[in-house]
This record gives sequence, C-alpha cells and structure tokens, in this order.
Amino acid sequence: MRGITKAFPGVRALDDVDFTLHAGEVHALLGENGAGKSTLIKILTGALERDSGEIRLDGTSVDFQSTGEAQSHGVSTVYQEVNLIPAMSVTKNLALGPSEGWPGVISWRKARARARAKLARLNLDIDIEQPVGSYSVAVQQLVAIAHALDNETSVLVLDEPTASLDAQETATLFDIVRDLKQRGMAVVFITHFLDQVYEISDRISVLRNGGLVGSAMASDVSRKDLISMMIGRELGEVEAAYSGKASPQTGKEKLVAKGVGRRRTLKPFDLTLRAGEVVGLAGLLGSGRTELTKLVFGAIRADSGSLKVNGKEAGSHSPRRSLAAGIAFCPEDRKAEGLVGELSIRENIMLSIQSKQGWLRRLPRGQQEQIAAEMIKALAIATPDAEKPVRQLSGGNQQKVVLARALASRPDILLLDEPTRGIDVGAHAEIITLIRKLCSEGLALLVASSELDEVVAASDRVAVLRDREKIGEIVGGEIRRDNIIRVIAGDDDRQH
Amino acid sequence: MQSRAIWPLLALVLILIVAGLISPGFYEIRIVEGRLFGNLIDILYRAVPTALVALGMAVVIGTKGIDLSVGSIIAIVGAVIVWRIKMGDPHVAILFIALGAGILCGMWNGFLVAALGIQPIIATLILMVSGRGVGLLINQLYGGTDPSFESAFLQGLSTGSIWYIPTRLVLAAGIFAALWLLIRRTALGLFIEAVGGNAAASNLAGVNARLIVFFAYVLCGLLAAWAGIIMTADTHTSDPVSVGLYIELDAILAVVIGGGSLAGGRIYLGMTVIGALVIQSLTTATLISGLPPEYNLIIKALVVLTVLFLQSANARRAIHRLVYRRAS
Ligand SMILES: Nc1ncnc2c1ncn2[C@@H]1O[C@H](COP(=O)(O)OP(=O)(O)OP(=O)(O)O)[C@@H](O)[C@H]1O
Ligand SMILES: [Mg+2]
Repeated sequence: MRGITKAFPGVRALDDVDFTLHAGEVHALLGENGAGKSTLIKILTGALERDSGEIRLDGTSVDFQSTGEAQSHGVSTVYQEVNLIPAMSVTKNLALGPSEGWPGVISWRKARARARAKLARLNLDIDIEQPVGSYSVAVQQLVAIAHALDNETSVLVLDEPTASLDAQETATLFDIVRDLKQRGMAVVFITHFLDQVYEISDRISVLRNGGLVGSAMASDVSRKDLISMMIGRELGEVEAAYSGKASPQTGKEKLVAKGVGRRRTLKPFDLTLRAGEVVGLAGLLGSGRTELTKLVFGAIRADSGSLKVNGKEAGSHSPRRSLAAGIAFCPEDRKAEGLVGELSIRENIMLSIQSKQGWLRRLPRGQQEQIAAEMIKALAIATPDAEKPVRQLSGGNQQKVVLARALASRPDILLLDEPTRGIDVGAHAEIITLIRKLCSEGLALLVASSELDEVVAASDRVAVLRDREKIGEIVGGEIRRDNIIRVIAGDDDRQH
Repeated sequence: MQSRAIWPLLALVLILIVAGLISPGFYEIRIVEGRLFGNLIDILYRAVPTALVALGMAVVIGTKGIDLSVGSIIAIVGAVIVWRIKMGDPHVAILFIALGAGILCGMWNGFLVAALGIQPIIATLILMVSGRGVGLLINQLYGGTDPSFESAFLQGLSTGSIWYIPTRLVLAAGIFAALWLLIRRTALGLFIEAVGGNAAASNLAGVNARLIVFFAYVLCGLLAAWAGIIMTADTHTSDPVSVGLYIELDAILAVVIGGGSLAGGRIYLGMTVIGALVIQSLTTATLISGLPPEYNLIIKALVVLTVLFLQSANARRAIHRLVYRRAS
C-alpha cells in the first residue's frame, strides 16, 4: 500500500501511509486509539474507499469495491467489531461468503461438517445450531476468526482478535497463525498487547495520528521505544500506578450479596464489595464472569439469594433501580449492550445521568456539554468534538465512551466487565490511575477481566470463578498469577 | 441533519415554483369574509391532518416502531364524537372524550408492543383492521341512522378562523409547539432516540425502554385523535369506512421525506411537517394544473423517489464519484 490517504469529516484518519506486507510474515500494526489502524485495513479490504493512494497485491494494482471482492482475491479479514449476524446460527454464519459447489446452493450437511471442522481447529466446542448472538463476545470473536481462517487465502487481516480472549484461546490462535505463516501466508495483526506483539510478529509498523511513524523488525525495537513511537512520549508512571494496593477489608460494606444466583446461569454466590476496595473477577472463558456482574447489577434477574446495597435490602433488582442506588455498570459487549451508535458522544455519556434524573428534569445543554467535555478530557477520547456520532469513533475510543457514561453517573459502586477491551497502553495506564483515584475516594469496584495481569495488578481481592460457580477468593499479597491459575485449575480450593 | 434538510426544503420550493408557473396567480392571497384565502393557505390548511398524524408517526418511528392504525383511530374518534353528540353531551366535553378515545387506542397499541413484545407492524395491524369495524359498531349505539351533526364549537376548531387565520392552523401550531417542548425540552426525546437506536443498551443505561415505547404509541394515538377531530368536524359526519383511509402511508412518507429512518433512533419534528407540506403541495399543484387526478399518485411517487434518492448516502457517494472521476 502506497501513499494511502483518507479523510473523514473533521478528521484526517490516514495521511500518506505506506504499508508493505511480505508473504510468510506476521506484521503487527500498532498505534494509539484512533491512530488509523482499522481504517487502514478497511481500505485494504475494500470496506472503505480511499481518497488517494495505491494498493498492489502481488505486483498488480487492485481496487477492491467490496469485502467480497477482496475475499475472492485471497484477502480475508476479522474486523474489530464482530461482524456476524447475531440472529443466525453459528453454522449459517460460517457458511456465508464464497462457497463451493453451485452458486446459491448450500448443502447444510456439508456446511455443518465444515463449521465443526473450523471450530475444532480453534478448540472451540459449542452448539453450532445456536444463534451467534447468544454467545459471549469472546466466543463470537472466535467464530469470526474461524470464518476468516481459510487455507485458500494469501493475506489474513486480524484487527484486535485477542481483545476479549483468554491466554489459552490466544495461544491456540497463535499456533494456527504460526502454521499459516509457515505456509507462506501474510498476516496483519493489530493489538494493544505488546507481549503478544513480540510473541508472534516478525515486523512492526506504528501509526500515530494517521501518519506512519516507522516500520522495523520486531527484534530490533525495544518495548520502551515502541511505546514512545506509539504515543510520542515516554511512559513512566505506569508501574507506579500499578503498585500500591489499598489496605484490604477495612472499608464500609457497600454491597453484600448472599446466595445470589440463577439456575443454569450461575450457582449462588456470596460477595462483598467495600468502599475503597477493588475486587477482581478471574476465570476462564465461559466461567461466569459476565453473568456475575450482570446478576449484581440486576441486568440478569436472580432467582435466589438477597442483595444489600448500602445496608438497604434491594428487593427486585433492575438496572434502573441499581443506578438509582448508586451502582454503575460497563457491559462487555459495547456494540450490542453499550452504545447507541447513532447518538452523539455527548448523548451517550448523558444517558445514565439523565435517566437517574428522570425525564422531566432535563439537564441544560450547557451542563451536558460541560460534563461531556470533562469526560472526553479525563479519558482522553480522541474526537474533534462531542457531537460526533459514537459509531464513527475508533474501537478503543468507543470503549472509553462506555466507561465515561458509567463514571459520569458518579456511582459509589462500579461494576466493570472487560473495561479496557481495545484500549491502548497509554490510555490503559491513565484509566487505571483514574479508577485507583476514585477508589481512594471511597468507590467500591468490581472488575471482570480476561487479562490475568490486569486482575493481578488492579485488585485488592480476587474472586475466582470456574464452570459457572464462584470457587474461591484470594486476598492481598497472595494475589499472584500462579496462585490464581492454581485455583482455576482446581489444585487449591480455598473456600472463602 | 443540516445537509439532509436541504433536499425536502428544496423539493417544496421547487414544487411551489412549478405550480406558480403553470397557474398564474398561484401565490395570490386574498381576504374573503374575514379569513385568508389562496392556494398557499389552502396547502397549509389541507396538510394539517396529515401533518398531525405524521408527527405522532415520527415519534413512534423514532422508537424503531410503526403505527399502521392511525387511520382507524381517526375513524373511531369520528364515531365517538357523533355518538356523544347524539347523546347530548356538552361539546367541550366531547373534545376531551374524543382525545381520550385516541389515547385509549394508543394505549392498546403500546400495550401490545411494549408489554407483550409483539412486532409493531403486526401489533398495530390488529387495530388497523378492526378499528373501522369498531367505528361502525359505535355508530350503532345511537341507531346509526343519520351520522351527520352540527356543532358550532367543533366546526369552529376545524373550519373557523381567528384573526384572519384558519383556526386549525393556530391549533396545529399550538400542538406542534407543545410536542416540541415535550420532546426537546424534557429528556423524552433523548430517551426515545436511545431506545430506538439500541434498546438493550438503553435499558442497561437505566432507561425504562418499555415505558418509553408505550408512551410513544399513546402520543401517536393522541395526535391521530386531533386529526380525527379536525377531519370529522370538517365533514360534520362520521364515516368509519373511508375517513382517513391510507393516511398512515402519507404520514410514514412525510416522516421519511423529512429525513427520518425506519431503522429508528432519530426524530425530526420540523422536517416531518415539511414532509407533510411536500405531499400536500404536490397534490394541490397537480389538481390546479388540470392533469387528471390519476396522475397525482404517479407524480407523487416520482417526487418522493427523487427526494429519497438524493438523501440516500449510497446515491450521494455514487454521484460524487461520478463527478469526481470526470473532473480528474
Ligand atoms: N466512519 C467514520 N466516520 C468518521 N470518522 C471516522 C470513521 N471511522 C473512523 N473515523 C475516525 O478515524 C480515526 C481513525 O480511526 P480507526 O478506527 O482507524 O482507529 P484505530 O487505530 O483502529 O483505533 P483503535 O485502537 O481504537 O481501534 C478516528 O479518529 C476515528 O474517529
Ligand atoms: Mg481499530
């Protein structure tokens, strides 16, 4: 790709970017949120039209008008926002796209067999007749990857494929990618996890504000250089923000769950959240992390147990009541459950505060703009203004808007499900610092994350889940990666 | 919205210019018997019922819904008015009874959609199909022999005038202002647009999505009732079989011409009124041009198609590309 330029109203998303991809290499594409990574690959795969520049594939100039055309030329893509049809079964989703045999004729028997084979490669064992939308984001992500993995393709583009995956799924994916690379396939890999960059990629390109900062072999750049290439400055305070655990178990009890559960969703569990304390939720894919946060928030109705919020019994629990009681929640799936894409950043941020206020007491426009501006600044949301529709933001910036909404409602209990999904290193550190600060001011925090390191770094106490059951808690100095893995594996069932 | 608002406005101006060319004196406005008369006033006057219904439709479409039953609500409201007049109720009270009937119809639709979760097109189809029958049954309540009536008060609202201006225009302006305040000066508009854009996310953000959807249908019923009152008082009779037939289609068109999308999530009140005016000025222009009325529908279809084509992002991109390629 040579001299690629693309402008959106108010933003120059790409400015004269060159990008070269060699056969048999994994090329990591890095950059801050909104740097232009997704835009670059969308142009490569025909999902967006470029303003100028040239794309050559094996020496011939190409100009894909659609993703289908790109696919038939051997360019296969997993987009950042999962691009499956939620109401359709896994089989049908996997059968979409170029097919063998007669055009327009599908043999469902063969389609099912192919679907099973594709998922088996990723070690994913799910019911393929269920609609895709009924599965978690991580599973949907794996299905999208399975859809793109095809031995016929010569270029594979992965836009943050691992953002919601656990270590295990990531390892499986990397094995497959290495195998494909061996066969001469070229892979573009976008991520914000630097460990993964060094683990898998041969070459690295960094984008900043729509421009190419540089390209180098992975072995030639240090982690530190990489970060300063991405954000344009040194990143010093990260480590400081990570350390320093608050003294545990002393704060006021903000939320007490006793035997809360729901059949076929999560076994009844006990959980206490205290002021000033961060509780992490660890567990494998499908262990019930999301379900636990949703039960606490009332987004899933519990069929057993009782919940006390600020000492008061919370009778029938619903998102609206929870919000009124000072609980805020960031859902894991920002596209389906988090954002209203057509509405502006300001309107999305205002939604929870406004519903707390009631429909009659509309916040004046000036105040709305002020709150939105504060949140945009605090979370460093990259946008020309607050009136931009949220769907036009880059993935990481959309995630920040979900967080902004929860923070703007000034909760004293905050439930976060995968809060940093797709957020870049710099912003990641800033968000952790911000959350730490809120905690020191008396916020009670529950964080579910598939990133074990994040759980370890951020939590004062870790609740571990396995097979839809809370199996233990780890406190204070015991919180280490290996300890958590041991509890998950079941060697050490310390009951709380 | 700014750039998209151009096309419907341009269409309206163009239609009026063409009408002025074929019919000299089209823009003339006179005062006859203490009231303004003229083609422009006539367009506004006749557009009132459609515009009112379209405003309600805009709110419902904003929630990602649709209300096919508005024509039947008009029929029911008409029947209720005549029935209560025959029963001898005071006419001011009848105004409120008629509005209440519209609200009840809206509550029925809202119940089916919000509480039972029936898809809007099916849920409102039920009242659309049965509503005119209900109107006929109401007519039976007083024997149904002669459904015509006289009411100075109600006719005054519909065909009278205040200060040279037709009363219904004043009424419609008042209703529009009240609706605008309700939608834009409370948080209701934000909630409706949020629910229409993504109901699951709105719920998790604390919005009572069901209540909002329910309320939208009630509002739509209320606005249809106002249209029903004006139409019934205009004809001074109740004719459940044909009053307001196909008005739902004109209303939906008006919303869409005004830039609304059936995918929900946005309400454009002002532009919806422009949409209704586009439809009415087309009808009026074809009539005075002397073309046979059959042409009206075809011309309407062509104009609507053009406006929608120009609003469509894909079409605009294609045109842009064509022009750009030729230039370079
Ligand atoms: N459809 C669109 N309309 C307007 N602006 C857009 C659109 N898509 C992307 N942008 C803007 O282009 C810029 C680059 O976005 P892009 O999605 O490529 O970022 P990214 O590098 O993938 O970031 P992330 O790490 O958050 O995914 C952003 O400022 C974004 O707001
Ligand atoms: Mg991206």
